[in-house]
Amino acid sequence: MATGVAAWLPFARAAAIGWMPVANCPMPIAPRDNSKKQDELIILNVSGRRFQTWRTTLDRYPDTLLGSSEKDFFYNEETKEYFFDRDPDAFRSILNFYRTGKLHYPRHECISAYDEELTFFGIIPEIIGDCCYEEYKDRKRENLERLQDDQEENMDLKMPNMNFRETMWRAFENPHTSTMALVFYYVTGFFIAVSVITNVVETVPCGATANQKDMPCGERYTVAFFCMDTACVMIFTVEYLLRLFAAPSRYRFMRSVMSIIDVVAILPYYIGLVMTNNEDVSGAFVTLRVFRVFRIFKFSRHSQGLRILGYTLKSCASELGFLLFSLTMAIIIFATVMFYAEKGSSSSKFTSIPASFWYTIVTMTTLGYGDMVPKTIAGKIFGSICSLSGVLVIALPVPVIVSNFSRIYHQNQRADKRRAQKKARLARIRIAKSGSANAFLQSKRNGLLNELLELTGTEEDEQKLTQKSISLLESQHHHLLHCLEKTTVSALCYKYTCPLGSVKTGTCGAHEFVDEQIYEQNCLETALQTYPSRSPSVSSHDSSTRTCCSRKRKRNVPLPNTSLPTTHSTHQGPLQELSAIHIQCGDPLSHTTSRSNLNLKTDESSRINCKSGQITTAIISLPTPPALTPDGDGFHGPPQRRPPQPPSHPPPLSIQTTTSSAGANIIKVSAL
Amino acid sequence: MFTPSKTNQMRGDLQHFRKDYGFSRKVLLNCCLVRRIITWASPNPQDSVEDELELSAVRHRPEGLEQLEAQTRFSRKELQILYRGFKNECPSGVVNEDTFKDIYAQFFPQGDASTYAHFLFNAFDTDHNGSVSFEDFVMGLSILLRGTVQEKLNWAFNLYDINKDGYITKEEMLDIMKAIYDMMGKCTYPVLKEETPRQHVEVFFQKMDKNKDGVVTIDEFIDCCQNDENIMRSMHLFENVL
Repeated sequence: MATGVAAWLPFARAAAIGWMPVANCPMPIAPRDNSKKQDELIILNVSGRRFQTWRTTLDRYPDTLLGSSEKDFFYNEETKEYFFDRDPDAFRSILNFYRTGKLHYPRHECISAYDEELTFFGIIPEIIGDCCYEEYKDRKRENLERLQDDQEENMDLKMPNMNFRETMWRAFENPHTSTMALVFYYVTGFFIAVSVITNVVETVPCGATANQKDMPCGERYTVAFFCMDTACVMIFTVEYLLRLFAAPSRYRFMRSVMSIIDVVAILPYYIGLVMTNNEDVSGAFVTLRVFRVFRIFKFSRHSQGLRILGYTLKSCASELGFLLFSLTMAIIIFATVMFYAEKGSSSSKFTSIPASFWYTIVTMTTLGYGDMVPKTIAGKIFGSICSLSGVLVIALPVPVIVSNFSRIYHQNQRADKRRAQKKARLARIRIAKSGSANAFLQSKRNGLLNELLELTGTEEDEQKLTQKSISLLESQHHHLLHCLEKTTVSALCYKYTCPLGSVKTGTCGAHEFVDEQIYEQNCLETALQTYPSRSPSVSSHDSSTRTCCSRKRKRNVPLPNTSLPTTHSTHQGPLQELSAIHIQCGDPLSHTTSRSNLNLKTDESSRINCKSGQITTAIISLPTPPALTPDGDGFHGPPQRRPPQPPSHPPPLSIQTTTSSAGANIIKVSAL
Repeated sequence: MFTPSKTNQMRGDLQHFRKDYGFSRKVLLNCCLVRRIITWASPNPQDSVEDELELSAVRHRPEGLEQLEAQTRFSRKELQILYRGFKNECPSGVVNEDTFKDIYAQFFPQGDASTYAHFLFNAFDTDHNGSVSFEDFVMGLSILLRGTVQEKLNWAFNLYDINKDGYITKEEMLDIMKAIYDMMGKCTYPVLKEETPRQHVEVFFQKMDKNKDGVVTIDEFIDCCQNDENIMRSMHLFENVL
C-alpha cells in the first residue's frame, strides 16, 4: 500500500464515483471509520529535544514504532509526551521520513549508529531514498569487511579439539601457526624457485665442446636436469596430495585456482613420463614443457602482493574486457585504413588487413618497432592519428584498474595495521576489565567490614568505611555476582575440611571470584597465618585484624596452640586448594586489611570454623560472640566492642559446632 | 527567435548606435553578424529569465480559508487537513498531470492507471490550464463527497464527456471503459478479453441511450441513473470518506 500518499486516499475513493454509472452490479459496502478523532499534535521528546508533529503524519507508516501502538510504551503521563532516550540528531532523519516519505542517510553519521536507530524505530533501511542509498550501501559494505577481517583474526586462535586433518589444513593455510608449517612453507618455496631456475637454465647454451656446436645445458646434462625435475615434481606432488587430504571440502579445493595451478605444474612431467620419445608426439611434448613455467604461479601462496594483484585483475574483469574490446575495434579500423592507404605504394609491407594488425598494435601501444612503416602521405597521416588515439584508448581504463588495486591494497594494509594494534587494544581492555573485577572484590571486603561494623555498632568506623561508597549500580552488580557465587554452593556440602589443615580439602562451598593476585597470595602466604591469641587482649586485637593471608606480616603472633605447626606444615602442600582466606573475625575494623578475598558475610554465608587439623563445619552466622560455645570457641572478636550475642543465634544450617581450641576466629572465606 | 518586434527594435537601436559612434554601415553589419552567431550559439538569456518567472509562478497559493469555506461544503478543519495532505505531496501548490498520474497509479499497482488518471485530471482541471490547484482539487472533492446526487451525476457525466461537448459518444465511452479495464491489469479472473470493454459499452449505451441516436446527453444520463437503484445506492457509498 502506498503509505506515502495515504493523504490522497480520500481523493482516490471520491474519484471512484466516476465508475458508478458504468457498473452493472451493486458495490460492496464501504468500511466505516469509527475513530473520528480530530488530528492532534504529538510531542516527541528525544533526549530533551522536542519534536512535534501531527498524529496522522506518524500514522502513515503503521508498521514502524512511531506509527503503531508500540510508542505507547514510551508515553510519559506527567508531561503528556512521548519520551525516547535516543540520539536527537539521528531522530531528525527518521522524523523527516514520516513527513516527506523519503528516508535520507546523513553522511556525518556513523553507519552502525544509524543502523541501530533505524532498527529501534522499526524502519527497514532498504527504503532509503535513491539519493542516499548508494552512500549507505558503500559504507555498510566497508564496515562489514572490516568486521569480517576482525572475525577472521579471532578464528585464528587455537581451536581446541582439532583433529589431525584440521590441524594440517590450518598449518597449510597459515604458516605462522607452527614451526612445522613454517618449515614446510619455506621448503616448498625453495623448491619452486629451484624448479623455475632449472627451467630457465636448461635453455642456456653451455660451452661448446670441440666437435659439437653450442648446445643448451639441458641437452648436455640431461640426467642432472632430469633428476632435479623429478625431485621438484615429487615434492610438489606430495604437497598437493597432502593438501587434498587435509582440505575440509575436497571438491571445493579441487576447483580452486591454486590447486589447478598445482596440477598444471606437475602434469607435464607425468605426461612426459608416459609418452615415449616418439617423433610424432615429441612436438606436443615440447609444448607441454612450456606449461612447466606455471610453477612460478605457485609463488602466489607465498606472496600476498601477488594474490592482491590477481584479485584486482579478477575484480576489474569488466574494465579489462572493455579495454580489450575497444582496442580490438580501433585496431581493426586503423588496420583497414592503413591497408587501403598503403595499397598504392609499391613495396608495401601492408600486404593484407591482418598483416596491418601488427603495425596498428605496435603503433597504438607506442612501441614503434619500425619493421613496418607507411610510405605514402595518407598512410603517414593515418599512422599518426593511430598512434595518438592509441595513447588515449589505453589510458582510459587504466585508472579504474589502478584505483581498484589501490583500494584492495590499502584494505590489506589496514587489516595488517589493525592486527598489530589489536594486541595493544586487547591488553588495555583487559586491564580495564580487571579493574572492575578488583572493584568487586574490594566491595566485598567493604561489605563485609560494613556488616561487621553494623554488629559492633560503631559510628566512626562506619563512616570510615562508607568513604568508599559504591554506586547503586555497582552494588547491584556485585550482589548479582554474589548470587552467582552462592548458586554454586553444593547442597551436600556442609562439612568443610579446612584446607589449611592436614585434612584434605573438599571442593564444596560456594565458588568465588578470586583475584589472581590474591590467589597467588593465598598460595604464598598460608604460612603466615596469624592466629590471634586467646585472650582478648588488645594486642591480639590488632593482630586479629589481619587475615591469614595478610600481606602485612606485622606480628606473627604465634598461636598458643601447638597444633599450629601441623597446620603450617601442610601449608606448603597443595597450593591449588587454596582459595580460602581467613579473616580474623575479631577485628573487622581496619580496612587496611590486605586485599583478601572476603565473602560478603551475610547470614547465609558459609563460614568455616577451622581448627587446625580438625573438621569444622560451616557456621553460618556472622562473628559469633566468644561465648558461643561453652568451651570457648575461638571467636574472639573484640569482645569489649561487641555486646555478647546470645548463643541462641543459631546458624540455621550448621550441623555441629566444634570447638576450636586454637581460638582462631577464622572465618573461612572460602571456596575451592 | 527573432520576433518582428524585436527586429524592428534592433534596427532602431542600430541607427542610434551608428549615429552615436560614427561607425560605418559595413562594420556594423559585421558586428551584427557576429552577434547573431553568438546568440544563435548560446541560449537566450532573456528567455531563461522568463523561465525563472514561470517557475516561481508555479508556486501557487490558494485563496483564503474563509473563501474556500464559503465555496465548498467542507469545514475549516477539514480544509486544513486536506491542504496539509495536498501540500505535502505537491510542495509547489499545484499538481501537474505527471504527478497526478504518479499519485493515482500508486493506488493501482497491478494495472496501468495512467489513462484513467488523464481523464480524471481533465475532470478536475476545470479551468483547463494544465494544472490542478488546491481550489480545483477541493471543489471537485466537495462535489464528490458532499454534493447532491444531481451534482455527482453531473460530475460523472463531465468525466465521461472527454471533449466536453455535452454528448457522450460511443468512442468516448469506449476510451473510458478501456482506461478502467486497464487499471485492472493483466492478471484478472476471468481473463480479460479484447471485446470486454466494447461489450460493456454496448450494455451501457443500451441502458442510457433512450432515443437511440448513438449519443448520450446529460438529461438522458441523469434520468437513467436516477431510475437505477444500484447506481443510486452507490452514489452514497463514499459519503463519509473525509
